Amino acid sequence: MWNYSKTVMDHFLNPRNVGVIEHPDGEGEVGSLACGDALKLTFTLDDDGRISDAKFQTFGCASAIASSSALTEMIKGKTLQEAETITNKDIAEYLGGLPEEKMHCSVMGREALEAAIAQYRGAAPEKRDIEGTVICKCFGVTDNEIERAIKENDLTTVEQVTHYTKAGGGCGGCKNLIEDILDKLLESQVTEKPATKQPTGKLTNIQKIQLIQDTISREIRPALQRDGGDLELIDVVGDQVLVALRGTCSNCPASSVTVQDFIQGKLREFVADSITVEEVAQ
Amino acid sequence: MRIIYADNNATTAVAPEVLDAMLPFFTNHYGNPSSMHMLAVEPKRAMTEAREKVGHLIGADSSEIVFSSCGTESDCAAIRGALAANPLKRHIVTTKVEHPAVLNLCKYLHETGYKVTFLSVDSDGLLDLDELDAAINDQTALVSVMYANNETGVIFPIEKIAEIVKQKGVLLHTDAVQAVGKLPIDLSQSSIDLLSFSGHKLHAPKGIGGLYVRRGTRWSPFLIGGHQERGRRAGTENIPYIVGLGRACELAEASLQVESERERKMRDNLEKKLLRLIPDSRVNGSAEHRLPNTLNISFEFVEGEAILLLLSQDGIAASSGSACTSGSLEPSHVLRAMGVPFTYAHGSVRISLSRYNTEKDVNSIVDSLVRIIERLREISPFRHERDAASKVESE
Repeated sequence: MWNYSKTVMDHFLNPRNVGVIEHPDGEGEVGSLACGDALKLTFTLDDDGRISDAKFQTFGCASAIASSSALTEMIKGKTLQEAETITNKDIAEYLGGLPEEKMHCSVMGREALEAAIAQYRGAAPEKRDIEGTVICKCFGVTDNEIERAIKENDLTTVEQVTHYTKAGGGCGGCKNLIEDILDKLLESQVTEKPATKQPTGKLTNIQKIQLIQDTISREIRPALQRDGGDLELIDVVGDQVLVALRGTCSNCPASSVTVQDFIQGKLREFVADSITVEEVAQ
Repeated sequence: MRIIYADNNATTAVAPEVLDAMLPFFTNHYGNPSSMHMLAVEPKRAMTEAREKVGHLIGADSSEIVFSSCGTESDCAAIRGALAANPLKRHIVTTKVEHPAVLNLCKYLHETGYKVTFLSVDSDGLLDLDELDAAINDQTALVSVMYANNETGVIFPIEKIAEIVKQKGVLLHTDAVQAVGKLPIDLSQSSIDLLSFSGHKLHAPKGIGGLYVRRGTRWSPFLIGGHQERGRRAGTENIPYIVGLGRACELAEASLQVESERERKMRDNLEKKLLRLIPDSRVNGSAEHRLPNTLNISFEFVEGEAILLLLSQDGIAASSGSACTSGSLEPSHVLRAMGVPFTYAHGSVRISLSRYNTEKDVNSIVDSLVRIIERLREISPFRHERDAASKVESE
């Protein structure tokens, strides 16, 4: 038995805005009978470009019906620009949360909204966004859809991706591909994060050592550790940084290249252009 | 609100007579039957009596009954015990529609190096016995085929299967969790080697089950330890529950013939009414070879979880093979193996009756389902698409 919130049960038992608008400005349809859920959304706009009415029809479980009902309530009165900022997370929050296994219902809501807006803006009335490569053949989920769900909901495991997008929930044959997408995105997050580049103004020696240590632990060590290596900061003498390599790095014939190109490059990028790195045996 | 419980293949209410029989063994008669003092006497006597009652229900000698904690333990003990006793044979034959207790164990064994043949079923949920015959080879250690299916109620011809398997000199296990107490079983006239059953499907509590091991069967115990159950299942006996199981078997045997006819009549009535009143509905599973208490029926264009939650609002407890009810994303493996179209599989409902259901319950279920299906179809986009399409056709 699912632990549905009161709001979910209310929207399931008393769904708002059921039906189809006869001459809608926008119409979107996602899902299919084979997938186990489907949603058809129609809306009209008033003279100010705000959504004046929205209706839905849904085939699916309680949380699919509740998500659709919530979506129609959420978008009424909004401009399309405002409506399109709604994420699946917003829908789930509006409902007082959904069981994680049911998060794909909120994703379906967001997808239907997007499809309807795209249709209004003149895109062909396609039933499903087929941009990207299909990863999950059982449920027809593309890499674009998976990447988006990962980014918007900070997903970290294949199981979560399945809960949110259904991908991998059928034969399970695409789990490795989902893992690859997760790896790719998690890795790029590490390199994207670091916003603070070189500081402006002169550093005290202590500030400089602090910054070098930060850069090593944030930028350098994770990269080395991925290959089973590590490094230790031994000393900082002026602009000269002395490090010792550990793990697989310590007897890697390419280690001098590692030191020169990678560590020094990162420290120059984040600390100061004048940094030189030297490897010491420890 | 009165609750109409129609989910008896999931579990059953404990019979008041069963509870009464159990209670003294929580209070006065708490002794260990293996002890050598006055408190061991009554537990020992009651356990012996319970074993005889269980054996009597299925036509087995009481020495052939081993108590366990549940149906899953019985299945595990039967299958792993049979394989352990025949270590040189590395092949198992089972079916695609087994309960997860058998299915997932066989998948696991497959991963550890066993060859496993998963027999298919036809659209009625029935096996092809020639396929079974052909699947058995000189490497086959065990055939494990369920007696009756928990989702559809489809009954396999286990005695015919037993004959085929016996001729090949291979062991036969059957998961009879859904059959014991519902169907007449006489193991003295059968060549089934191992048979699992569970208390809570026949009005005993959860936490007690049993395994029939035919005398002389090559089989190794699963739980090793003390001498209990004549060395076939170690661990201090769960006396109150064993007593409860014995009483439940006694009650089942006393009313089996009458009760199964009564339930069959109610079920058939339910089935007829639903098919007549709800368009685009179909029954899943053979009409002829089916448990008398079970109806698995599908309604197109609607989804099972939504049906169950609305039934629950009306005080009716039932089950579904839809994906959403299990937390998995695919509908029931049983319905898929039968080739039930996706459009129907998602909208399946299982209604399973017991001795506590009445004709009035059946009428309430019909009234409620008719309303619920109409309401959900009103929300569903597919029904409208279909209606629109047929309108165009007829114009």
